Amino acid sequence: MSILYRPYQKTEIAPLIVLRVCFGFLMILTILRFWFYGWVEKFYIEPSFHFKYYGFEWIAPLGAYTHLIFLMSLISSIGILLGYKYRLSVLLFFLSFTYIELMDKTTYLNHYYFVSSLAFLLFFLPAGRYFSLDSKLYDSKVAPQVSRWTVDSVKLLIGLVYFYAGLAKLNSDWLINALPLSIWLPAKYDLFLIGPLLTKQWVHYLFSWGGTLYDLMIPFLLLYSRTRYFAFIVVIAFHVMTRILFPIGIFPYVMIIATLIFFEAKFHQKILNYLSQLLRLKQVKNPKQYQKNINSTLNKYITKPILVLFFVFHILFPWRYLLYPGELFWTEQGYRFSWRVMLMEKSGYAQFKIVDTQTKRWFYVNNSDFLTPFQEKQMSFQPDFILEYAHYLKEHFYKDGHRNISIYVESYVSLNGRPSQPFINPNADLTQEQESFKPKNWILPFNHEIKGL
Amino acid sequence: MKKYILSIITFLLILIGCSTDDSGIEDIDGNNPDSDLIGNVFNRENMLINWADNMILPGYNTFLSSLKVLNNSFENLKSEGTVAALQDFKEKWLLSYKEWQHVSMFEIGPAEEIGYRLQMNTYPADRELIESNIIGAAYNFELPSTRDAKGFAALDYILNGINSNDTDLLNTLTQNQDSSKYIQYIEDILADMSSHTNYVIDAWNGSYRDSFIANSGSSASASVDKFVNDFIYYYEKHLRAGKMGIPLGVFLGSPAPQTIEVYYSPEQSKIMFLEGLNAVQDFFNGVHYNSNQSGESLASYLTALESIKGSQNLADLINEKFDIAREAVDALGSFKSEIELNNPPTNMLMAYDKVQSIVPLFKVDMISAMSINIDYVDADGD
Repeated sequence: MSILYRPYQKTEIAPLIVLRVCFGFLMILTILRFWFYGWVEKFYIEPSFHFKYYGFEWIAPLGAYTHLIFLMSLISSIGILLGYKYRLSVLLFFLSFTYIELMDKTTYLNHYYFVSSLAFLLFFLPAGRYFSLDSKLYDSKVAPQVSRWTVDSVKLLIGLVYFYAGLAKLNSDWLINALPLSIWLPAKYDLFLIGPLLTKQWVHYLFSWGGTLYDLMIPFLLLYSRTRYFAFIVVIAFHVMTRILFPIGIFPYVMIIATLIFFEAKFHQKILNYLSQLLRLKQVKNPKQYQKNINSTLNKYITKPILVLFFVFHILFPWRYLLYPGELFWTEQGYRFSWRVMLMEKSGYAQFKIVDTQTKRWFYVNNSDFLTPFQEKQMSFQPDFILEYAHYLKEHFYKDGHRNISIYVESYVSLNGRPSQPFINPNADLTQEQESFKPKNWILPFNHEIKGL
Repeated sequence: MKKYILSIITFLLILIGCSTDDSGIEDIDGNNPDSDLIGNVFNRENMLINWADNMILPGYNTFLSSLKVLNNSFENLKSEGTVAALQDFKEKWLLSYKEWQHVSMFEIGPAEEIGYRLQMNTYPADRELIESNIIGAAYNFELPSTRDAKGFAALDYILNGINSNDTDLLNTLTQNQDSSKYIQYIEDILADMSSHTNYVIDAWNGSYRDSFIANSGSSASASVDKFVNDFIYYYEKHLRAGKMGIPLGVFLGSPAPQTIEVYYSPEQSKIMFLEGLNAVQDFFNGVHYNSNQSGESLASYLTALESIKGSQNLADLINEKFDIAREAVDALGSFKSEIELNNPPTNMLMAYDKVQSIVPLFKVDMISAMSINIDYVDADGD
């Protein structure tokens, strides 16, 4: 084995194809779930107000037409599954799915970010060239070959997700105090078979340390052929466990199918052969030929720089929290988009006080008049939500004829089971503060210390 | 290899089959970082049984008896037609109203289904609507639009708001040309209240009790999670805001004494609040209805979880805050006079703050400690 990495070395296409098919299939389920649970209405159409990502305020639900965005996601994921106009499908999927996620940050989940990132990457990979309606080609003897980097880039993305999730666990709450697992697990005491174990302290530590080691090591165990099968069994066991213990939707399945990419092409070809048998696919005589030249030019001037930037971004962005003062878990400045998955137990309470600066008259806001319970819950412990909501309130009451108003918030937050403590400076007039990437000095300091990364 | 793939697929199918309820946001729970839960498992089912058998059902039954007593007194008023009978009726109305404060918080299952709380006690009452109903407008108590023309608040208006003394009131109810209409209207209100109450009790005596207890898991739709949400909602919206905050004007910016409970007998507003506060605290502590015994409760659950606030047990801290709040409210004059005679009503605002101070303990610390899912938020976590 050469030490030198040759990105353009040819390799089988099958792993990309299996990824494409599984990803398309899971995304169909994901979108259908949104409808099935009534989330489209509940999260995007019914609320009168939406929490926006900084810089993406222009992305908003389209009332009843929001369903069309989901429909676009659904159709494009069917396109991905079938390999029908693959590039267009994956582009439309990326755009529509990302649009959905950007509509309201209340619903932010790391695994949706992963889905968007993977879709972005897939756009640049030739995963539609085989076992697809585009190519009408599935014969294993004439499968096209692809450059090695195409398969490896997916491995790199998955490896980053796991490894960064592992790094995020290297802190005193997680490792020394087994938090928040020692909070979450005992509540599941009535689960079949494993329930009684979940109340044991050593189990909390086992899960905390096991989870950390899993995240840090699994990319490497999957890379080496000797440990690969063992690693994959661990992957399944780990994600099955998380699925049983926590309501985390499709995420376990996404990760399980994504890690298949680490297997040899032979393995994937067998899956494809099995699928074509199952579906009774017939061989086509003259498969579409791809012209190498066009692709390599494209590759050199567009794909390569974009993907290099993509990975530089993914490698650096999770570290931005280091630029902010204070405890990350407390201020959440730089918390999202960093693979910090199920890392803390946080809840809060925020009561907004509207003060007329001239008459000194004041009143409290009834949050449920403006927010859904879900939005209120998420707002109550995230500073950027609190600020955005305060500005929304200011606008609302301005329209009601209230001119010179200040808005203050009395808030309490509990982090990882610690007693609740005041969260936002109650004397800070939030109408005077603006959202930015600068540190939010109106967040009160955390009374405790969490050591580690 | 085929076998291998098949086994993976089978495994995934099993996994889908045996996984937990999908519909809950990430769990919330909390306890002291140093606490040790070994051997400290709390049984939520026992708590549900205690709630149902020793608190909710006895509460409802006692309330139903008070309604029966009220009905009997009304029958007596109809036949006797004396001031004494009228005063007895008013007295029984007040007793029943107080009993109501002990069951109003149980808005779950059948009660939630029929909107029991609003059916029984929507205030302030709409006096114009009541008057027009009495003198002959067609009304249908099934309609939500009639909620502020029936229930305890409507009786309050009829018994305390129309005439300034009992002799005049007796005249209105028995000697006036419209008297029979008044009597009929009261009768309809009482019948409506009894029928809703019977509906709720019948459902609890039927299958609801068992399904309530059986649903003892930990998810957004589990009984404990739902009930704790309802319980906090009651405390926040109905006890704190409805009985104190809204009349005080803390949500409106200016006092609104016309919105107090028992507006036509305003010295009772504070008494009703205190009944409600006691009921909430008893429920929190699992005190059996009309008894000194107690069983598994939110307080004992918290203690079991060793959730600690500072150096104090959270349950103790909450109880302490309850006592402080009660003392502060107790020291006030009638709510109406506090609000109308003081500008701003400083003492009552301060008492309100004491009542309010329990809300974050419930909504942040207790919810956190118990792994309670916030109100049916059925999104994914990650």
